Amino acid sequence: MALDIGPTPTSAPSTPVGAATSETRLARATLIALALGFVGLFLLLPLGTVFIEAFRKGAGEFLAALGDPETFSAILLTLTVAGIAVPLNLVFGVAAAWAIAKFEFKGKAFLTTLIDLPFSVSPVISGLVFVLLFGANSALGPILQSYGVQILFAVPGLVLATVFVTFPFVARELIPLMQEQGTSDEEAARSLGATGWQTFWHVTLPNIKWGLLYGVLLCNARAMGEFGAVSVVSGHIRGETNTMPLQVEILYNEYNFVAAFAVAALLALLALATLVLKTALELRYSDEIAASRRH
Amino acid sequence: MAPRARIRWQSRQPSVIPGFGLALGVTLTWLTLIVLIPISGLLWRSSGLGWANFFALAFDERTVNALAISFGTAFVAAIVNLVFGVILAWVLVRYRFPGKRVIDAMVDLPFALPTAVAGIALTTLYAPNGWIGSLLEPLGIKIAFTPAGIVVALVFVGLPFVVRTVQPVMEEIDKEVEEAAATLGANRLQTITRVLLPGLLPAGLTGFALAFARGVGEYGSVIFIAGNLPYVSEIAPLLIVIRLEEFNYAAATAIATVMLFLSFLMLLVINTIQSWSRRRYSNGA
Repeated sequence: MALDIGPTPTSAPSTPVGAATSETRLARATLIALALGFVGLFLLLPLGTVFIEAFRKGAGEFLAALGDPETFSAILLTLTVAGIAVPLNLVFGVAAAWAIAKFEFKGKAFLTTLIDLPFSVSPVISGLVFVLLFGANSALGPILQSYGVQILFAVPGLVLATVFVTFPFVARELIPLMQEQGTSDEEAARSLGATGWQTFWHVTLPNIKWGLLYGVLLCNARAMGEFGAVSVVSGHIRGETNTMPLQVEILYNEYNFVAAFAVAALLALLALATLVLKTALELRYSDEIAASRRH
Repeated sequence: MAPRARIRWQSRQPSVIPGFGLALGVTLTWLTLIVLIPISGLLWRSSGLGWANFFALAFDERTVNALAISFGTAFVAAIVNLVFGVILAWVLVRYRFPGKRVIDAMVDLPFALPTAVAGIALTTLYAPNGWIGSLLEPLGIKIAFTPAGIVVALVFVGLPFVVRTVQPVMEEIDKEVEEAAATLGANRLQTITRVLLPGLLPAGLTGFALAFARGVGEYGSVIFIAGNLPYVSEIAPLLIVIRLEEFNYAAATAIATVMLFLSFLMLLVINTIQSWSRRRYSNGA
């Protein structure tokens, strides 16, 4: 193999078959080392740091940090916000995919582009638009305030910002999958006398369940981890409007590193669980989720 | 809402599948409420500023600097990601080595890990007393609290975009193309640079542009490591937050509008590059 480096065209017939269509052993080793080094430096080391810092002063301190009432309320708030935002986007995603994948209509491409829009907007701007809409100097804010409805610096604002940021996840996962599956199953069900809802529950839903789960998984990871958008609308009221990522920021800025990394470690565990489930779904049900792994 | 939508956006082919009106109605209502009205609100508020006022706010020296820092660091990070992303995708597609499946799954970590978590972890590593920072300090290299720190954070955030757009295209490459090149006398390096890489160009550019666009708007992972010094390491999204905290809604709106405009311009460029390369290398990539 060592002789393969730089074979000249005249020596081609005498080189081993693989040499001309694959790299030398040295080149392979170098590329693998580069790739692994990069992954180690930029992905594994930061991830490891989170856990090392969280347990720097032992498991007792770690658990004590998580037992703090403000941190506990941040965990509850994160679960509440994701618990509302994810189902809303799930219903929207299924409806959007049903309309786009099962029917032909004018403006379909444009509608698909609009659904993707939140992905190309900075998280900070995603929060800002709701501040402009419901803030003190907006048209809507004071009116709602007079009825005692608080949007900003409260759960509704956090939910709105989160829904905006995670808007495309489920729809983007389902649209290509349902387009691939076509409409013949549903047509068969209808011709056999099933109603529209029966067709959806007994035919379509079982066909898309793994793809749906995949989309919900990614949607949920983003909903629980969102920082920029919720930071703008939260108002940072301690123990009330701080989600877990915002709590991480506050603790970190107070130089309470163990506590900051303890909360961060919980979020990192969530990320790892998401990756494990996602990979399992890709391996097991690769035909039942959209063929490509885009985001 | 639903009946009206049905009249205007009638399904083109008569279908036995029900629910078009309901599904489209839900979709349009939700889209309007969550995305269209808020975004229009921003543009409307921005237009209310008047041209002179808008330009004064948008081209204020600190704002221009912040935009330049956001776009500059995102560009450098996207270049780094393009180079290493292509290498990483190649290694994952072509070679076998222990732990490959784990590495492949880990590539998506930046999508799954909250940005604030990445931000504090990277800052801890690259700070002068951190593991990596303390190694670099004797060499006179400072990463954390400089623009280089912003690049590091954006490399982390953008990596999956390049790998995940290039990887599927690499998997589709027909081995016969490489064999043909070799038969015609090309050495391996020539085959890679003249045959394989041009075919990967559209996917590579798309991944680059996606990473770049994401980097420009990124906030959570950057603010911890950047140091946030005005004119030096203050990114545009942070300046929006600062203006909001000063209750300077006009300035926040103006900066956001400029950023939105530039993002849309970038989307347009991405689409143009893609359709150009599709025409040039009509290989379905």
